[in-house]
Order: sequence, then structure tokens, then C-alpha cells
Amino acid sequence: MAIVLGKQARWRTFAAHAVMWVFIAITLFPLLAVVSISLRPGNFATGSLIPTEISLEHWKLALGIPYQAADGSLVQPPFPVLTWLWNSIKIATASAFLIVAISTSAAFAFARMKFRFDKPVLNGMLLLQMFPPVLALVAIFAIFETIGNYVPALGVETHAGLVLAYLGGIATHVWTIKGYFETIPVEIEENAKVDGATHWQAFSRVLLPMAIPILMVVFVLAFIGTIIEYPVASILLREEGNLTLAVGSKYFLHDQRFLWGDFAAAAVLSGLPITLVFLLAQRWIVSGLTAGGVKG
Amino acid sequence: MTALSSSLGQGAYSTLPATFTEKLSKWLHWPLAVAAMLAALYFVFVVYSTGQAAWAVGLLTLFTAGFYIYLSRGGFAWRYLFPGVAGMLVFIAFPLVYTAQIGFTNYSSTHLLSESRVREYLLEQHDAVEDQVLAYSLHASGAEYRLVLKADSEAAPRWVSPSLALRAGKELRIDVAAADAATAPADAALPLPDLIKHRDALAKLVLVLPDKSELRYLGLREFGPIKPQWTANADQSLTRNADGAVFKANRDTGFFESTSGEVLQPGVKAFIGVANYTRMLFDAEFRGPFLSIFSWTVVFSALTVIFATAIGMLFAVMLNWEGMKYRTTYRTLLFLPYAVPGFISILVFKGLFNQNFGEINAILDALFGVKPAWFADPFLAKTMLVIVNVWLGYPYVMILCSGLLKSIPADLYEASALAGASPATNFFKITAPLIIKPLAPLLVSAFAFNFNNFVLIALLTDGRPDFLSTKLPAGQTDILVSYTYRIAFKDSGSDFGLAAAISTLIFFLVAALSLINLRLSAKAQK
Repeated sequence: MAIVLGKQARWRTFAAHAVMWVFIAITLFPLLAVVSISLRPGNFATGSLIPTEISLEHWKLALGIPYQAADGSLVQPPFPVLTWLWNSIKIATASAFLIVAISTSAAFAFARMKFRFDKPVLNGMLLLQMFPPVLALVAIFAIFETIGNYVPALGVETHAGLVLAYLGGIATHVWTIKGYFETIPVEIEENAKVDGATHWQAFSRVLLPMAIPILMVVFVLAFIGTIIEYPVASILLREEGNLTLAVGSKYFLHDQRFLWGDFAAAAVLSGLPITLVFLLAQRWIVSGLTAGGVKG
Repeated sequence: MTALSSSLGQGAYSTLPATFTEKLSKWLHWPLAVAAMLAALYFVFVVYSTGQAAWAVGLLTLFTAGFYIYLSRGGFAWRYLFPGVAGMLVFIAFPLVYTAQIGFTNYSSTHLLSESRVREYLLEQHDAVEDQVLAYSLHASGAEYRLVLKADSEAAPRWVSPSLALRAGKELRIDVAAADAATAPADAALPLPDLIKHRDALAKLVLVLPDKSELRYLGLREFGPIKPQWTANADQSLTRNADGAVFKANRDTGFFESTSGEVLQPGVKAFIGVANYTRMLFDAEFRGPFLSIFSWTVVFSALTVIFATAIGMLFAVMLNWEGMKYRTTYRTLLFLPYAVPGFISILVFKGLFNQNFGEINAILDALFGVKPAWFADPFLAKTMLVIVNVWLGYPYVMILCSGLLKSIPADLYEASALAGASPATNFFKITAPLIIKPLAPLLVSAFAFNFNNFVLIALLTDGRPDFLSTKLPAGQTDILVSYTYRIAFKDSGSDFGLAAAISTLIFFLVAALSLINLRLSAKAQK
């Protein structure tokens, strides 16, 4: 758009930048503050955003290393942050793998096969997804308690049980993968079948390798989705050594025991990798948001 | 004929002979399938035999569907669909139905067991027969032990057991013999601390006297005969042996009750119809906090969506403006709140808003000399929740709007520039009308999401500050979902039935919102 800009427009640009700067400052303030707080000595210190005195005590505790306080006493880490991080990564990786596996195979059926009730089944799945699990926590808890009576390895207070609980949330992933499958010409698989490939071989040896980019995106989305999940994890896991990061972090900021500095270090330690992954995957996530949204 | 043609087909098209693994899998196909079926049936049987008939039927249906799909020739597409559909049915659809069902029961920590389990529990209760209780002592006998029974601890030994290894395990019946000078153990009795170590094994002993009467463990000092407190009757009622009173399960109150109105613990899980729902409507003490929580939930979601949309749309428009430099950098920085995991940023705000050593109050104190009590004052707590939620939510709207703005043809703006229109006119006459239609369904989903934004409330305020003087604890900043969580899992009482009834109410609201959403997106597609 080639338009001659007057004096007024220059002021407008300046004002726009000023508004931007103010708002970015507000947006970034909490994130910068928490980094600064993680480096301040003590749990109650206030001070400037750029710490005047840097202390690594909170970082040591977050990494599980006891720390020698100024009065000579040895401060033990209040919570097993690294164990929680490991639990979270373990659960999220297992869930993401299984979610990708079952949503890919379901998406294949929807994209490539004709069968009765295909539309109602897909719509039903998308509709069910609108009810978040947080509404059925009582039932989910009761279900896993019952499962635990017969198969203790999948009951309450087990990671495998939590992974199982996450396997219900696949509808949006099925939708995303189905959309991608539909952009791949069906003729390629048909050629493979003419050459003697079975149905399964056409799927696993021909279609899947071509769909790897979308599978990776869905994997990342499912991974992040599980790692930040709080409600279900908070009712299925209760013992300290068993918790995920999302459930455990809360205990740092208990009213009677407010470990602000220790929390800050743990938050940066665990939040930074997830944020980076999210920013890297941003492009696909954004396209998924708008695409999925408009199609409803 | 079919066999012939299929073998012909094999010959005509497959050039390779079957490999070893192919042969092996063909041979193992049916034996493995049958083994899996038997295992599944056994599992269903185990579930059924523990009295969970409904679960067994559900499990059987699931297994049957699975075996049918993977073993029959029809329903090919379902082989690919089954895991996903089963997952959704079991972990999303079933919990919804189950929740609705729990909403019609009195399931809670005082009504935890089914009627038959309560009956079993009561029938297991026993009393000691007071006048026949015997004192005992334990004596080492080599590596093993002997038990000596006497009328009281000072009296002479009356009965003595053979040597026992005393390992805890199954119930063990032991014949005891009359004690005399020859058989009585020589060693001194074990002191109490040693006795405690053998407590579990002693509790499993049944001592049989020569006249066939049985003595059981009653404590660290006594063995004695016991008699059951209750007798089962044919009509499912129970008779108390002590006074002959008859107790029947009253399915309306959820307790075993006698004709004189005496009530037994524990309570019975029972179907109570719409009592939980009438409570929401007609119980004045419950309705008050419930209605204010309901209206706060609506206000909270609406305010969040309004503010997040206003801010998000403003930045989307600004970032879409070509005169603006550094747009990519700005976009990434403004996107950050969406990229940081929610549980971390919410807790960061919990610390920043802390009244005494939070950064926000430090700044407010320096500038205006005030230190607001963000967590203690209901209005401030609500304001804080909206502020934090807008911070968390505006990048989402911004991204959505950026996408939608790109689809507006540029010549519209060129035409308006020629007409000398101001940016405000551009926005209200061109931009807003064009993006509001596709945006509307997304905003309805955002509203629905915030309506159930449990994580924010749970991590930031936990519903506090609480209403004063309510029968059921309720928080001023609680939204409906966090309130049900609190009723079900946190405060004493654990009223699962009531929580499930409120959840069922939310199902209908979510369903209504989804319907509106679908209508609006259908409109936007036109």
C-alpha cells in the first residue's frame, strides 16, 4: 500500500510503539521478576529487578543439592523437583507416543476408508472433546479406584494409570492428522496396493513416512498438553515422590510455608524448556489453532 | 469355489513364497486368539465374582467388541478406529454418564459402601463373651513358642498349646491341652515388647479347647470366645443379638434403621432421586452461596473474554500495520504468556501478588503507599483473577485475530484511505465487522473454557476467601468446577453425589455453549 505519510502518521507510529513497549513491559515483568527472584538470597527478599547480590542457593536446592546457609546449617531441598520433572517427562512422553499412535490409526480410517456412520462417529468424538475431564473428576477417580482393585499397576497413585486416563483426549489430534492425510494424494497408496502391498503395508510403509511432519507436531502438542495437565493428575497422584511438576509446584507456595525463592528457581528450571519447545513449535500450533477453530 | 479362487489369486499375484514369520503367525493366529479370549473371560469372571456385575458387563462388552473387530473379516475400518474410539468412550463418555448417575445418589464419605457390603461389614462384627475370657502368656520353647492360658494373670496355668512357629499368615487352628506340671513351659513369659512383635501371628490363631469351644485373640493380654453381634434374616434385615432389635436398610435416608428409629453407621450408598438437585434450588443455606458462585462464574468468564478480546484484537491490528517496525519481535514477546506453562505463570502471579513480600505490592507501596490485601479481600481477589486470566488469555485472541486479519482484502483499506478515513473508522467500519463473524464461535469456546478454568482458581486462590457462616464451605472466588472439586475432594464430608449433580448441571451448560458455537461457526462458513 503506497500512501504518502504525513506528519500525523509519524506521531501515530511513535504512539503505537510506545503502547507496544508499555504493554510488553507489563507482559514480561512477571517472567523477568521470577528469574531475578530465583537469584536473590533468601525466600523473602525484595529488591530491584536486576539483583544486586547474586546467590545460587535456590538453584542448588532446585537441582537437589543441599546448600550451606550463612549460619553454617545445611539446608536440605524442600521438594524433589528433579524427580517431579522426571515423572512429568516420563508420563508426557509415554502419553504422547500412545496418543500419536491411536490418533494416527483413527485418522487413517476417517481419511481413507468408507464405512457406515463415519460422519456421526467423527462428529461425536469432536463433540465429546468439548467436555473437559475436570467435569468428571469424581467419576474418573472412582473408575481408577475400581481398576486398581483388579490391576494394581493401573490404579490410583500409578503413572501408568494416569497415562491411560490421558488416552481419551484424542479427537482434536485425529482431526489435525486427518486433515493432513487428505492433502496426500490417495493414488500413491493405490499404486503400492497394485504392487502387492496389503492395506496395512500401504498405511505403514507408504502413508506414514510421508506424514512424519504432522506426527511430530501432534507429538509435541500432546506432550505439552500432558505436561501442563493439572486436574486429573492432582486427583490420581497424591504421594510426594509420585507427583508431576504441575501438581507438585503448588506446594512451594503454601500459606504457612511460602518458599518464594525456591519456587522461582524450580519454575525457571522446569518452565524454560517447555516454553522453548512451545516457541519452536509455535508456527504449527498457530496454524492448528486457526484451522481447527474455523472448521469447528 | 471361493477357496479355489483365493488360492489362484495367491498364485497369480504373490511372487514370494511365505516367509518363516508369515507361516508362524498363520499357525499361531488362532491359538493366541483363543488364549487371549480365555484370559479376557477369566478377567471378566474375576470382576464378576467380586460382586461388581455392572463393571463385568461393561468389560465383557468392550472385550467382545474388540475380539469381533480384530477377528472377523467385516468392519475393516474399525480395526483402525477401535483403540481411539474405545479410549474416548471409556475415559470421556463413560465418566460423563457415570457422573450423571452419581448425581442421583448420596455417595459420600458417610455413604461409601453398597448395601450388601454394609451388611457384610456388620455381620463380621463380634463381641467377646466377657465371663469366659482367659489371660495368656507366651513362653519361648527353643526357636518356637508356647501359649499358656489361665483364668487371670496370677492364676495357675489351665491350658497349654504345642510349640508354635508364630508366622503371620493364614488362620491357624490349634488344639490346646490341659496344663499340668509336666507340660507347663519352664521359661519365663515373654515381656510385652516381644509380645507385640508376634501380635499379627497371634491374631490369626484359633485355639480349640478339648470341649471343641474356640478361643480367639482379643488383645495383648487375653484370648476368649466370641459371638457375632448380628444375625442375618431372610428378608435382608439384620437382628441385633444383644436385644433382638431388627434393623432394615432405609433407602431414602441411606442408613440401616430399626423400627424405633435407631440409626446404624456406616451409611449405605443409595439412589436418592433428585434430592441433590432440589437441594440446589430449595435449601436456602445452600442456595445462597451456590447462586453467588454461579453468577461469579459467568461474570468471571465474560470479563475475561471481553478484556482479552479487546487487548488481543488491538495488538493484532497494530501488528498487522505495515508502518510498524520490529513486528516479528513484538509478536514473539507478546506471545510469551501463551508459551509459558500455565501452572508456572499462575503460581508466579501468586507470589507476585503476595501481600507482604510480593513485587506488585512493593511497587504499589513505593508509588502510592498502599498494600492491598489481594488474597483476603473478596473484591480484590476477583480483580486479581481477572487480571491474571487476561494476561494468560490475550495472546490466544491476538493470534486468532492476526490470522483472520490477513484474509481481509487490502483494497478495502486503500479505498478508505482515499476517502480520508481515520484508523478508528477503518477499525469499526471495516476490520471489526469482517472478523467478528469467524471470531464469534471461537470466543464462545473461550467463554466455555474459562467457565471451567479450574487450574487458575485451584492454583491462584483455591476459592478463598471463604463465605462466612455457610454449612458447606464455599469460597467467594470459587467457580462452579472448583466448587465441585472442593465438595468432592477437599473438605470433610466428601459429598460425591452433590458434586456430581453440580457437574451434571455444568454438562448441560457446556452442551448449550457447544450448540451456540456450532450455530455460529455454521453462520461464519456461509
